[in-house]
Amino acid sequence: MAVLRVPVTPNDHIQGDDDAPVSLVEYGDYECPFCGRAYYIIKQLQQHYGPQLRFVFRNFPLTQIHPLAESAAETAESAGAHGRFWEMHDGLYENQDRLSVPLMFELTEDLALSAAALRKALASHEFLPRIRADFLGGVRSGVNGTPTFFINGVRHDGPWEYEDLLAAIDARLVQLGRTA
Amino acid sequence: MAQILPAGTQAPDFALNVTPDQKLSLSELRGRPVILAFYPADWSPVCGDQMSLYNEVLPEFQKYGAELLGLSVDGAWCHAAFAKDRHLHFPLLSDFEPKGDVSKKYGAYRHKDGFCERALFVLDKDGKIVWSYCSPVAVNPGAEGILEALEDLSSKEKSTHGRVESSSYAK
Repeated sequence: MAVLRVPVTPNDHIQGDDDAPVSLVEYGDYECPFCGRAYYIIKQLQQHYGPQLRFVFRNFPLTQIHPLAESAAETAESAGAHGRFWEMHDGLYENQDRLSVPLMFELTEDLALSAAALRKALASHEFLPRIRADFLGGVRSGVNGTPTFFINGVRHDGPWEYEDLLAAIDARLVQLGRTA
Repeated sequence: MAQILPAGTQAPDFALNVTPDQKLSLSELRGRPVILAFYPADWSPVCGDQMSLYNEVLPEFQKYGAELLGLSVDGAWCHAAFAKDRHLHFPLLSDFEPKGDVSKKYGAYRHKDGFCERALFVLDKDGKIVWSYCSPVAVNPGAEGILEALEDLSSKEKSTHGRVESSSYAK
């Protein structure tokens, strides 16, 4: 059983309450089409569970098969440095079919963030150490592809359609003595 | 699942095609740790692909001075196309003729299917197996076990030398 070796900390990108009974951690890649599909599934889960679910996104770019994954992760981290991580994360996934460097600048402009700051972040790889740390932490936790999910620290194996994740999270809630 | 060679066994030597006109033998790699990753076939689905994952983790393997070899029964031309498509930066060996010959020696051949198990071996610098693992064929075993084995190996080697080196890969 693969378990999350790197605990969630305030340095993570977190949506939801720290007291939420269930934490869902995703290791994802902005260029991975499976992650693109999972994006909408997670939105549905968040809507369903409300405050019972905390969601954490960590970077796992497969840069050799996805040439834009690293720049996209840098773009999201750069926006994150200005408190706009989730808007950028969502923008990148919602426009995944036209993922490109111009898109990264377009989304930056839409969020009224500085294009110069993004240019600098992409050129200097300012956020690459963080992205690499996410990746390596994932490898050490048994992440073997994207997306990989952990529910309360335990890797979710097998299919991850809405119904599958719903069942897995419900099971965890029942274990915790909460009605799903 | 097949019974793969366990830790403590000397790894059988082999010479296999690494490109259509070039062979690589295991003994050439003596002096550094070697990772042998047997896998069923080229061209499995992209994002969960084991070889693509190892390609990304390669710099970590290299911190231990380790050499990674991927092995399957696919032919050298197939490997070449696969490696090019996935931008793989490590060699893929063809256990193609006689088919599965090397995999069989490692206990990593699925006779019923005619392809390799998902079997991993970590060899020390003298070619002895220090860790091996066979994953269910549908499950990508990830890289964690390999990294742990390399870590163990490097800390053991340091202690046998009776000194602590401030090497770049010390954790």
